Amino acid sequence: MSILIAILLLALLAAAAAGGLAMATSSQSRDKAILTQQVDAVLPQTQCTRCGFSGCLPYAKAIVEGLADINRCPPGGEATIAELALLLGKPVKPLALDCLPMAPGVAGIIEELCIGCARCIKVCPVDAIIGAPRQMHTVIKSACTGCELCLPVCPTDCIVMYTAPLLTTLQPGQSASTISAGLSP
Amino acid sequence: MKLSIASAPFIRPTMQVSWVMRQVLLALVPAILINTLFFGPGVILNILLACLVAVSCEAIALKLRDRPIVATLNDSSALLAGVLLGLAMPPLSPWWLTALGAAFALIVAKHLYGGLGYNPFNPAMAGYAALLTSFPSLMKQWPTPGAELPGVGDTLHHFIFGRLMDNRLIDLISSATVLDHTKSQLALHYTWSELSGETLYGMLGGAGWQWVALAYLAGGLYLLAVRIIDWRIPTTVLAALATLALFFHLVDSDHYPGPIFHLFSGAAMIGAFFIATDPVSAATTPKGRLIYGASIGILIYLIRTFGGYPDGVAFAVLILNAAVPVIDRHTQPRVYGHDRN
Amino acid sequence: MSIIEQVHQRFRGGLALPKHKELTRGKPILEAPIPPELIIPLRQHVGESAAVTVHVGQYVRRGEQIGRATDFLSAAVHASSSGRIIAIEDRVTPHPSGRKEPCVVIATDGEDASQGLPPWPNFHSLEHSTLRNRLRQCGVVGLGGAAFPTAAKLTYSPRRSIHTLILNAVECEPYLTCDESLLLERPQEILNGLEIMRHILQVPTAVIAIGENMSASLASLKEAIDAFSSQHVRIVVVPSLYPAGSEHQLVQMITGQEVPSGGLPSDLGVVTQNVATAAAVYRAVILGEPLTSRVVTITGQGITQPHNLRVRIGTPIQYLLDFCGGAVGSNHLVIMGGPMMGFALPNVASPVVKATNCLLMPGADELPGRGAAQPCIRCGFCVDACPVGLLPQQLYWHARANDLEAVQEHHLFDCIECGCCATVCPSQIPLVQYYRQAKREVAVHEQRREQATLARERYEHRLTRLGQQADTNLSQLTRLAASALDSPGDDFDFSADELQTAEITVKQAAIQAALDRVQAKKQATLSSPANDGNDGESS
Repeated sequence: MSILIAILLLALLAAAAAGGLAMATSSQSRDKAILTQQVDAVLPQTQCTRCGFSGCLPYAKAIVEGLADINRCPPGGEATIAELALLLGKPVKPLALDCLPMAPGVAGIIEELCIGCARCIKVCPVDAIIGAPRQMHTVIKSACTGCELCLPVCPTDCIVMYTAPLLTTLQPGQSASTISAGLSP
Repeated sequence: MKLSIASAPFIRPTMQVSWVMRQVLLALVPAILINTLFFGPGVILNILLACLVAVSCEAIALKLRDRPIVATLNDSSALLAGVLLGLAMPPLSPWWLTALGAAFALIVAKHLYGGLGYNPFNPAMAGYAALLTSFPSLMKQWPTPGAELPGVGDTLHHFIFGRLMDNRLIDLISSATVLDHTKSQLALHYTWSELSGETLYGMLGGAGWQWVALAYLAGGLYLLAVRIIDWRIPTTVLAALATLALFFHLVDSDHYPGPIFHLFSGAAMIGAFFIATDPVSAATTPKGRLIYGASIGILIYLIRTFGGYPDGVAFAVLILNAAVPVIDRHTQPRVYGHDRN
Repeated sequence: MSIIEQVHQRFRGGLALPKHKELTRGKPILEAPIPPELIIPLRQHVGESAAVTVHVGQYVRRGEQIGRATDFLSAAVHASSSGRIIAIEDRVTPHPSGRKEPCVVIATDGEDASQGLPPWPNFHSLEHSTLRNRLRQCGVVGLGGAAFPTAAKLTYSPRRSIHTLILNAVECEPYLTCDESLLLERPQEILNGLEIMRHILQVPTAVIAIGENMSASLASLKEAIDAFSSQHVRIVVVPSLYPAGSEHQLVQMITGQEVPSGGLPSDLGVVTQNVATAAAVYRAVILGEPLTSRVVTITGQGITQPHNLRVRIGTPIQYLLDFCGGAVGSNHLVIMGGPMMGFALPNVASPVVKATNCLLMPGADELPGRGAAQPCIRCGFCVDACPVGLLPQQLYWHARANDLEAVQEHHLFDCIECGCCATVCPSQIPLVQYYRQAKREVAVHEQRREQATLARERYEHRLTRLGQQADTNLSQLTRLAASALDSPGDDFDFSADELQTAEITVKQAAIQAALDRVQAKKQATLSSPANDGNDGESS
């Protein structure tokens, strides 16, 4: 009999401890604004909208509000999902099936085909395309995030994606912060 | 020309893990011999069984974990754990006790954590502590060193059946260890000067025990000479233990044995040179090792004098093993080119 | 007054390595013959590549510029012998990856006609900038292996004036004797170069640091200094502990101060140069000779006749190995550099460049390979050996766990990659490789972060420009979420059928998108044949 009481008491104690731990680690108690910022800092800022939201910040907010899962970012890939899982205490999942996977790259305009319609300029979320109506357009390679939003709107299909080498050759003693964000010359 | 590809540095390390382990085993040989001399053939039996069980358990664990068995066993770390545990066990313990300890040490304390290099706790000490807390009376049964040792027949019989031949109980030939005796007698308000005259006590430590301690010391000095162990750990363990003992002895020499007694009794020597220096579970930074060793020394004295056990080496080491990450984090050496802050 | 001193203090850690210098010590420096073809890369130095100034078919003489320095941190490149330029194309260069880089290929005519710049024996009257420019024009770079443009290094630092010039002749790597032999045979060239450098930097004192195992070279140097009657030079003998020749450790031993992390020795008022660089400086300024050759130690028990050779830049390595009698045995490792910090050459058709100080071919059992790595037993030998005071063990654990923050907290970028830790590790763990990989990961991560920050700023700026706000309103988000998932609810569980259908749809969409792109590319290539379309750039 006393053994049963002992078991019951210990079980209650364990349950209380587990409940306390669960409460302590849940993200409900954290300030949502700060959490949104933290989630946004993890996202790669490609602004490609493949997650279904109009940019990385809306997606971050949706994650924090519980409206979207953490596995909807194709440019971030597994690394971003893993970081978000760690940040939010959620399980790691593979990329959601309705989010088309994406390879890193930058857009480039084939100038012979460009008619200067300026449709791509309007849709670029980071203003990486410069040009004016009836003037030649060009992509600022160092600003392009590779979101591919400009590809479908071009009436002459003159925008193609090029693979971007991520890092130029580091010199001995040089840190990455001295390399301007962008591609090899 | 057929070219090979390799990576710098191209100079191969001269010391290998298996060589390091084997040197430690070599350093333990004098101690094994002296132990057998004073405590009987049970020591050898224990060591052999512990090694057998340790290596088998490691092989089983490696098979379950899908790791290369022969290559891993070759590093002799399981063997070393077995020998240390075998030396720590009371020489007349039944076979299942030693086997249990070895199995616990290898499976729970080593392979459950990831095998060699990943265990936070010293496996031999973890096994020993598990036995000590689970079978306290069995672990206290040490034969009186030197006098009337049980013969091989008796030892073997007790080893297998748990009883001496002719159904005699072990209590007939076992007695409390020196530390055990000292602790209980001091608690009964005998003074140290009364005790130290008894035949149980030799010149340095307990009779018989002091020779064992000297053998461990010799082995330890050999390891220091070959640069296998870091001098910081044994030096600080022994220094802290001796300092604390000296302090209390000077304050009240009647109730606190002196530093020489503490250094040469029990597991202080084996602890300082062979247990605390286990690289996997010890602190890694130079300063950290000083703190680690000194803390072990202090804890040994505290457990021996004020704690519930006659000897505190196993527990002291295990407690400090748990503290190693904290010690390491706060004792990082200053890096070239950085200020002291 | 004795000009020879022992060093004041030692550095932490380090290893006493077997030297193996007797293979090439005591032998005179031989002139390597001129190969039939010289392959001269346009970038043999730290910094910007030289810009080619010649064309295919052009006849060039030795010392004629074939590439000019382009940036502050750049150096010119010259023809190493006379001949005709047969190609300017990508060729294999000495690098662990075996990559190809732009090179000028010269078919030598055997005449070895040369041209140079006007000799300036009275350099004392010349401006510092004039002299530095001469060094730039002559393509002088650090010949200790780092190939840093000397003109840039000898620039006066605005933060501090330079009070000590150190010439590094320690040569702590085993096997190498190129600097040692240069000290033995041409100490006057080195001392002349030293004087020029002292003049450029306006430095009162100079130190030549020499390894304690180089007794013959020490005697030769002392004799030369006495003959020179130079008051400003003293010799400091440095213990032959590896890596005593490393710049940071050398500065610490000679001045007692430590180069601040992320800083340069010039922050302490010290400049170090290799002795071979000093000789090159002499030739460039006083003789007007651009850098077209260097001393290379070809050594190891795997080569028939180990020697120190004076080699023309651009000589194919295979040619040199053949000149030294070829390899002993069949399976080979050809290491460029020393056994501690060198790398295995994947291709011996690659040429000798300005940074090639040694070609080491170990014999069959001379440098046995490392066994399989075993688990780290936390023994701490690596901590004892590290000259920088790092915790290689912790760096290893964190690098393995890809914990980029922890790895930087443990000062990963202070690692000089000397290899001491990996040489003492009883578990045979290739520690240096982990650190190199981790440094790369951190650099990539940092770059991604910067790109993301830039993209975020541009995104926000665009929204401001359009007078919009990112839709972070809850109702908008809910609407978007619902439409994105195409389901009214807020759960993400799909049935197996739904998943399958979704998967097929996604695959089909991807295939269609790919087909569209191919179509677009086809159109592009058809309409304009000049367009490459693949790896080119749009503007």
